[in-house]
Amino acid sequence: MDDTLRTKLGILADAAKYDASCASSGARGRRAEKDGIGSTTGMGICHSYTPDGRCVSLLKILLTNYCLFDCAYCINRRSSNVRRARFSVEEVVAITLGFYKRNYIEGLFLSSGIIRSPDYTMEQMMLVARRLRQDHGFAGYIHLKAIPEASPWLVEQAGLWADRLSVNVELASDISLKALAPEKDAPRIKATMGQMRERIAEARGEKRRFAPAGQSTQMIVGADATTDASVLETSAGLYGGYGLKRVYYSAFSPIPEASRVLPVKPAPLRRENRLYQADWLLRFYGFTVDEIAAGGADGMLDLDIDPKLAWALKHREQFPVDVNAADREALLRVPGLGARAVDRILRARRQTRLRLDDVARLSTGVRRARAFLITADHHPLKLTDRADLRERLAPPARQLELFA
Amino acid sequence: MSAPSPSRAADASRAIMLRYGADHAGFRAAVRALVAQGVSPDRVVWRMAAAAESTAEAGSVDLFGTAAPAAAPADAPPLSLPRAVANLVDLVLCHRDPTRFALLYTLISRVLHGERQLADNPADPLVHRLGHMAKAVRRDIHKMHAFVRFKVRGSENGRERYLAWFEPEHFILEAAAPFFRTRFPAMDWAILTPLGTVGWNGDALAFGPPASRPPLPEGDGFEEGWLAYYASAFNPARANPAMMRNEMPRKYWPNLPEARIIPALLETAPARVAEMLAREAAAPRKRDPERAVAAMARQAPANLEELNAVIASTPPFVAGGTCAVLGEGPLNPRLALVGEQPGDQEDEAGRPFVGPAGQLLMKALGEAGLTREAVYLTNAVKHFKFVQRGKRRLHQKPTAGEVKHYRWWLEKELDFVRPRLVVALGGTAALALTGKALAVTRERGPHRLGAHDGYVTFHPSYLLRLPDEAARREAYAALVADLATAKALAA
Repeated sequence: MDDTLRTKLGILADAAKYDASCASSGARGRRAEKDGIGSTTGMGICHSYTPDGRCVSLLKILLTNYCLFDCAYCINRRSSNVRRARFSVEEVVAITLGFYKRNYIEGLFLSSGIIRSPDYTMEQMMLVARRLRQDHGFAGYIHLKAIPEASPWLVEQAGLWADRLSVNVELASDISLKALAPEKDAPRIKATMGQMRERIAEARGEKRRFAPAGQSTQMIVGADATTDASVLETSAGLYGGYGLKRVYYSAFSPIPEASRVLPVKPAPLRRENRLYQADWLLRFYGFTVDEIAAGGADGMLDLDIDPKLAWALKHREQFPVDVNAADREALLRVPGLGARAVDRILRARRQTRLRLDDVARLSTGVRRARAFLITADHHPLKLTDRADLRERLAPPARQLELFA
Repeated sequence: MSAPSPSRAADASRAIMLRYGADHAGFRAAVRALVAQGVSPDRVVWRMAAAAESTAEAGSVDLFGTAAPAAAPADAPPLSLPRAVANLVDLVLCHRDPTRFALLYTLISRVLHGERQLADNPADPLVHRLGHMAKAVRRDIHKMHAFVRFKVRGSENGRERYLAWFEPEHFILEAAAPFFRTRFPAMDWAILTPLGTVGWNGDALAFGPPASRPPLPEGDGFEEGWLAYYASAFNPARANPAMMRNEMPRKYWPNLPEARIIPALLETAPARVAEMLAREAAAPRKRDPERAVAAMARQAPANLEELNAVIASTPPFVAGGTCAVLGEGPLNPRLALVGEQPGDQEDEAGRPFVGPAGQLLMKALGEAGLTREAVYLTNAVKHFKFVQRGKRRLHQKPTAGEVKHYRWWLEKELDFVRPRLVVALGGTAALALTGKALAVTRERGPHRLGAHDGYVTFHPSYLLRLPDEAARREAYAALVADLATAKALAA
């Protein structure tokens, strides 16, 4: 790899890092032929971590950061003065294979600025994926960013080569999208997601490979006035309506070459973290958006405590619950108990009446949970209703751990 | 190894010596013997041979002057352990903790003495502890899969050769190696560790004794590129080294090339952020977006030729299909006939409806007062889907999902052709035009087909497949009548 290529790689990786998605999961096991290369595991692997604590799983790059669009929140918008570069198809293929063989990455996450036309750009991206699969027998993970402005038949092809497809909804509110991303069109984005959803479901039913790891999307948080409740409402709609695997939240963060129409102050990182926790509650813990929103105020989540604790503190009449008797749904709502811990509790209590020490072995969140739990040897008594419970349980101010 | 002495009481102490590392076979054999003799866990002293001795005979060594068999007596009943216990044993044996053997034997003993479900109780202190050990082993395997870094060291016989040095915490080499075989079948590679080595040459995994750090090849250009990538992927506005160390502990850093630049990245981060925040939003340099955006709007094919060029250059969505068979016929015709997909002869000729079904259709068209030249002919699916059986290429019906992959082209095609009436020949064409499956025999006749006035009738190949001559004649008559009706409707 020569200096020029390395410089391009620097520019085009820098330009891609604001996309939050890094997952290499969900692709069902696939392995290379004898003369090929690569495999996918269900879980995905993080091959490194950058000093911001984020995982490096895929080679996440743009084909080019030249762009005809002018989305205010994006560092690559056409009016930005950022340095530009462009890879050839062959260059991306070579870097992907070179990195993969050294075990640096799980695969490729390819996105791009729009050059010439959406169709042309999409074709170039697909050509990369196709060359990897057809010419090099590459069985590693490929995530392609679909361009909703491209002709619909191109999306049909993308899924043949990619494990995962994604289209970014960018902003939870269509009105904000209109204002900040004048070339983008919310109905068109949704139509593309709908198209992908249908094809993915059909192919799964017909046992064909079409984006086997499903589709995901990303929303930028804090670039407009949208509340957390509206963001989550949008997410719930996307999970339900389009069968998405993941919605990623990206707190608007200071970018070099910021646009003038954007807020000067970055959104707090903790907001992003709380949204991920709330997203988890939506998908795995049986909470509704309204319940989660009720834990905060004015549609915004409580930044100091996690959304489940926030909800529980406002619904103390539902606690304490008996760890030896409560059903799964009730246990999932206990602050401090994760889904895994709840499953362990259910297994363990078939054999023994659980005491507080037992729960401590099953869950790392017992400090928070004990105020809401009855065990064989413990009753929180008035603790559940103490006025200062929130202060007792709120974590001390500390460095925020993202994706914790 | 000697046979158990029948005179020895079950409460005599035993010393078991196992091979260096995760000695699954040795442990299993020893456990079977101990269980058969009813030895209680507190009477067993477990030892592991040192690495250097690992090639010498291990198995059972007598430390107390009495014979301590590692092999089960021939009549020892096989142990049947619940799957959860077996899984736990497999993982925990890889752990580095010297107490692992005693803990596992205690677990097995309790399971065999009335606590059959023990491993399903994660709250039990022993199960909890073993669970933690298993988790540590799983994590170590996962981290090895993640953090091994290969360096290229040339190639031989057309196969590239790679080398890595890695320092696992536990005896996981044999458990972790198959992953690399699956992932890198076409490379020759070797992973050296202080706990053993493994190599792959395309045929089999070969394990060897512990190694010391070899001289590694100089980083090639890709390693420099990887560092550049790593540096660029870091967002200085979000520095969070604690989180990073949580997932990528320092103990792995010496063998991760990218770890070299972590201190510098962290050191310069605050200054980079301050600079970003201080910088005024810059006025955009003058560009000419209008022209570019206008060019963008012109991307869609402007006419049938352009569309056909797109179709012809796209690889098939179905298995088989050597070339795209495009539609043909006049623009603005009275009728456009849409079939299912090209067949064997169409695929060879590159033209629609030239095979047996096509010839039958032409005959029917003639009897309905139409000619091939007067109508537009095309297919829902543009490629011949087939499986090869010897010399024959057997037609395969496209699935609904495959038909839908092609829908957009068909819609666009008919937009350009602008027929007065679209005739769907068979169910696949109807599905492509409406998006819904439709029973042709029941719904034959005029039918709205997507954006078009349409008519649904049989596909001529349906007639060819009818076994009964009378039925075939009847269906043929119906097809001719349908075509005539469609012609009249489009007049």
